[in-house]
Amino acid sequence: MTDREQSTGIAVDSAEVKHARKRYRAERRFRMYGVAAIAAAAGMLALLVISIVATGWTAFYQHSIALDVTFEAKVIDPKGGRDPSVLARADYRKLARASLRKLFPDVKKRGDKRKLYGLLSIGVDQQLAELVAADPSLIGQTRRVEIYASDDVDSFLKGFIDREAPESDRRIKDKEIAWLDKLETDGAITSHLNLRFWTKGDSREPELAGFWGAMVGSFFTLLVTLALSFPVGVLAATYLEEFAPKNRWTDIIEVNINNLAAVPSIVFGLLGLAVFLNFFGLPRSAPLVGGMVLALMTLPTIIIASRSALKAVPPSIREAAFGVGASELQVVTHHVVPLALPGILTGAIIGMARALGETAPLLMIGMVAFIVDIPGSVTDPATVMPVQIYLWADSPERAFVARTSAGVMALLGFLMLMNALAVILRKRFERRW
Amino acid sequence: MLDSETNSATIADPKVVCRDVSVSYSGKQALFDIDLDIGSHQVTSLIGPSGCGKSTFLRCMNRMNDVIDGCVVTGSISVDGVEILDDEIDAVQLRRRVGMVFQKPNPFPKSIYDNIAYGPRIHGLVRGKDELDEVVQTSLERAGLWEEVKDRLLQPGTGLSGGQQQRLCIARAIAVRPDVILMDEPCSALDPIATARVEELIDELKRSYSIVIVTHSMQQAARVSQRTAFFHLGIVVEVGETEQIFTNPRDERTQGYITGRYG
Repeated sequence: MTDREQSTGIAVDSAEVKHARKRYRAERRFRMYGVAAIAAAAGMLALLVISIVATGWTAFYQHSIALDVTFEAKVIDPKGGRDPSVLARADYRKLARASLRKLFPDVKKRGDKRKLYGLLSIGVDQQLAELVAADPSLIGQTRRVEIYASDDVDSFLKGFIDREAPESDRRIKDKEIAWLDKLETDGAITSHLNLRFWTKGDSREPELAGFWGAMVGSFFTLLVTLALSFPVGVLAATYLEEFAPKNRWTDIIEVNINNLAAVPSIVFGLLGLAVFLNFFGLPRSAPLVGGMVLALMTLPTIIIASRSALKAVPPSIREAAFGVGASELQVVTHHVVPLALPGILTGAIIGMARALGETAPLLMIGMVAFIVDIPGSVTDPATVMPVQIYLWADSPERAFVARTSAGVMALLGFLMLMNALAVILRKRFERRW
Repeated sequence: MLDSETNSATIADPKVVCRDVSVSYSGKQALFDIDLDIGSHQVTSLIGPSGCGKSTFLRCMNRMNDVIDGCVVTGSISVDGVEILDDEIDAVQLRRRVGMVFQKPNPFPKSIYDNIAYGPRIHGLVRGKDELDEVVQTSLERAGLWEEVKDRLLQPGTGLSGGQQQRLCIARAIAVRPDVILMDEPCSALDPIATARVEELIDELKRSYSIVIVTHSMQQAARVSQRTAFFHLGIVVEVGETEQIFTNPRDERTQGYITGRYG
């Protein structure tokens, strides 16, 4: 009976039981450390996301001022020829100013007038020109048009400028506040989704600046990167893993590929500047060169990921293929590479995601230029998402702060999309042997 | 190396003739001057303790050792009178003539149909889909698997049971119409029932093919083979009719191994 008690550990106060309790305590402590570490990481991530969303969400809507604009024929098209080039060059600002003066007839002083006109975005002329270009029959009529408010007005309306602060500390003065209050009571101030952000290129004026140019630039850049680094990387990995003899030379190559993966990215930018721009004379600020530089940077990542994916294909599959008389190339192309493909693709996507977020090397090759137009090909001047964020973060206007965070959200969205794709590919094509 | 009078390493009408075969891996010698004949339309089993070189010897006969870095094979192996260690002989062509079945069932992660069809396809042995269908069916029939899988030919081969997978691998090997089939412990990963089925199959197949089987099970060697060679420390200690080896071994070491004193 005593034997059994001892062996099943029923005795409560034996040394054995105390020892077991100690072990359980140690285990619980270890688990707590793990949970704490994960909670800390999750907390920091949440902090990051919350702070970005909190500052950035206001960039997704925007205020406009609705004005009754009279499209006077003698201002827009004095000769009456309706020539599109004449229509495009007319002084539309004058029309908008006239309607503002009509609303506030008692503003007489020159300085006050300038302030009054400053409520509207500088882009007003373009906005009206686009309306007339789309519908020339507007000329001679009066229409209610929603005109973008200037960035300061927009910030004030979003509550970023405190009206109780001393006037000298405010970018919106007492007079302007009075005008805006009147417009507000008239129901002339409207807020709407900021579609420009998703459809236009960069601008000096925050209310006109869009992220689409940078997104297209990133797309072209990554296209070049993928087209260069994926085939080269996979071929290099396949050759090194499956065909190359294992000797000193391949060892040296392997060590150097691993070293390349650790080279700071700005060094690749300098290389691109020296070789692609100065020696080969390729266009500056172009996604072509940006993509080539990022391809150099991504290659080692793809090679290393592909090699480990190829290594993970069990030797029994190779033996089976050799056993029925497949040649070395057939073994690789029919069996090993297809089986390693999910791993190779995962590596490639992770490499691409890294390239998508890369800024430093692109600064070196001039992709940091101020570019308004949406790039149409890989040789057009362009910028990319992280560089656009960098440019906006560097701008002094209050309204760019929100746009910077909005850009970060867009970039993070794309990164998450790419990483999710990598996970899905891995799950989808995972095979058991 | 061997005294052919007492050991009968040579036989009349051999399929494969091996003389002075030595193998070394990166300078370390694993096989020493092996002389052995493989008879046609019979099963030859290679037995011996782990690491004695029987698998290495088996892999010489279809030059599977070629793909291992640092492996050097010397001596002479001829199949139907053709020297196969000659550099001019294409290993790919040789492996069509000398098929192989491995220790662990290793079907390709493809459909059952594609597993069988792969070999005939890459060797260009068939013309058209009908002919390929026929090869797949006859191969599966000969491997005794047709009835079990005929309704799910397009399902993955890896979804079959272990014994079925091994018979699939045998069907894959015979689909390219080889002369010799090498089997490297084909039943070591199978349960006794699946083993019995594979053994029956081997007995069937010996009518059409010459079979060499490496096995750790002496009962299996006794059941399926007509000739047996006992390997030990890289040499052939004794070779002869299976019955003679198991009932009346001439060498003390063979005696010790088959009675379980070492191995």
